Amino acid sequence: MKTFFFHLMPYADLDLSYTERHNSAWVTLPNSYFDPAVGQKLYARYIGELELADQLGFDGICVNEHHQTAYGLMPAPNLIAAALARSTKQAKIAILGRALPLVSNPVAVAEEFAMLDQMSGGRIITGFVRGIGTEYFASGVNPTHSHGRYYEAHELILRAWTETGPFRYHGRHYQFDYVNLWPRPLQQPHPPVWIPSQGSSETVEWCASAKRKYTYLQTFSPVKSAKKAFDLYRQVAEREGYESQPSQLGWAVPTYVAETDEIARRELKPHIEAFFNKFLHYPLEMRMPPGYSSIASTKSLLESKFAFRMMEMTAENLIELGMVVAGSAATVRERLAAYARELGVGNLIAMLQIATLPADLTEKNLRLFAKDVMPYLREQGTRAPTRPVAEAAVP
Amino acid sequence: MRDSVIDVAGTKLGYREAGAGATVLFLHGAAGAAWDPLLDRLSGGDRVLAPEHPGFGRGQVPDWMLSVGDVAFFYLDLMQALDLRNVHLVGHGLGGWIAAEIAIRSTARLASLALLAPAGVETREAMFDDIFAWTTEEFARRQFHDPKLAQQWQQAQAKLDIDIALQNRTALARLGWNPRMHNPQLPYWLHRIDVPTLLVWGEDDQVVPFACHKPFKREIRNAELLALPKSGHALPIERAHEVGARLAPFFQGAQG
Repeated sequence: MKTFFFHLMPYADLDLSYTERHNSAWVTLPNSYFDPAVGQKLYARYIGELELADQLGFDGICVNEHHQTAYGLMPAPNLIAAALARSTKQAKIAILGRALPLVSNPVAVAEEFAMLDQMSGGRIITGFVRGIGTEYFASGVNPTHSHGRYYEAHELILRAWTETGPFRYHGRHYQFDYVNLWPRPLQQPHPPVWIPSQGSSETVEWCASAKRKYTYLQTFSPVKSAKKAFDLYRQVAEREGYESQPSQLGWAVPTYVAETDEIARRELKPHIEAFFNKFLHYPLEMRMPPGYSSIASTKSLLESKFAFRMMEMTAENLIELGMVVAGSAATVRERLAAYARELGVGNLIAMLQIATLPADLTEKNLRLFAKDVMPYLREQGTRAPTRPVAEAAVP
Repeated sequence: MRDSVIDVAGTKLGYREAGAGATVLFLHGAAGAAWDPLLDRLSGGDRVLAPEHPGFGRGQVPDWMLSVGDVAFFYLDLMQALDLRNVHLVGHGLGGWIAAEIAIRSTARLASLALLAPAGVETREAMFDDIFAWTTEEFARRQFHDPKLAQQWQQAQAKLDIDIALQNRTALARLGWNPRMHNPQLPYWLHRIDVPTLLVWGEDDQVVPFACHKPFKREIRNAELLALPKSGHALPIERAHEVGARLAPFFQGAQG
């Protein structure tokens, strides 16, 4: 199994009592809660943590995009990726991902990724997402156009990477008379594409299609939901006449390693609870803007997940649900190896900095994970794919 | 009262009809189609037609119909399809916005225009709050002046089919997400409206602020304003009596 270090770059100094006066850490939380001097320290610290992961031998480091929120300070993840492209040496740099419907010019996304690919020596993994509901409040983009813009932008980017330009693209949402990418990406025919999602069956089927074979990444959800999504991926692959590889699946999970199980749980508890109860905190109306999902998926979300998300989460029930892995190195590697077998997943996307987790504990977590968990997972690693996903992804 | 479905240039549209007399075409607001007390009152003396906007309820919406301008052309087609003439066009909130966009395109089939707290034009001094961020409870509270009516309305909404509630919100977002519930170009075309126009506004409107009447009043020739004190946004429910009493003579005077 390959291991990646995923960083959200949260505003770790958030005054958690904000919930007494505000109902969201997203979009409407006044930015007076952001102290510019603290911001500078956090960016320096977080970029340092990602660089440390490269030095410690992680297979990859991951950044992502969110807007107007204490949850993550990377509205422009490619800026962080660009800094990392120069300061890191071996790790893949995964941008998981750019929120395509939010941009007015998808060609610029293709250009930026091509630049990053060149600057990093072909080390980038690109990710395409729709962005969560709140992003449609932050960006002004009409959520009823979300799917349409996503698919169109994706098509345009893939064509820009793989077709000889100039060509013309006249879609429903995007129109360009000249698409002619300078630079072209270094990885040919194009950089790998990963798709993070919380398990919408539409997304899983789209990724697994033989036309794409994109790596599907299940994010922050109970292990049961991950299993369901991965099983669906394998079924679709079989239906489409190919055998999917573990490398086509990824699982993102907050992970914390300490000296003993007891210490790990005690140290992690306030931070993981802050993550789910304070940083992932928004009103339903903002999480699910109209038209963002189909009526059927909106209803099923309202009925299932939100009933569950609305309650206060505790570290204990998060661990129980498999939404967090925490313990001594022995516990964590056994847990992860068991999950890897159960899920048939070839990429672990470990979130090792979590909400308010301070620098010293983050560094300890990274070092213990790299020394006592990662090598074991690599040995336990599931079979490599017969050919790289990127090569199979020619549209 | 009669429910019908008509095919308008390939799109099926449902509408409710009652009464006899002069033709009143009523366009509903963001909350969705409902036979409000105002419609009862108007259908006592006139023929009232109340369509459900494309995409609302269980109705169809072609995927190209993306803006209020598209819906306005669609309703011009509807008036042609039903051969409606001398129409008294009345719109509330979102429906008022649609009515204004119809009237700037063509008043050929209109006898008059009544805009009840129309969305569509925002002023710098009175920008709209974000309707899409509101819970049902807040939407109820903001629509009504009387908290008891707000509570009743909210209870009635809770009994509605969830599919319809979600569909209505989606249909509203298609038309009004960005720019939020208005068209920056609309004020520049209001001068084209050449039929008698009545603006009705609650002075305490918490959805479309009262001050938004100003550009309508300024740009539409001979527009009259009926300002209702101690009134909110839900005029067809909460102020059916006063609005109905003013509309009847207004229609008569505008009969031409």
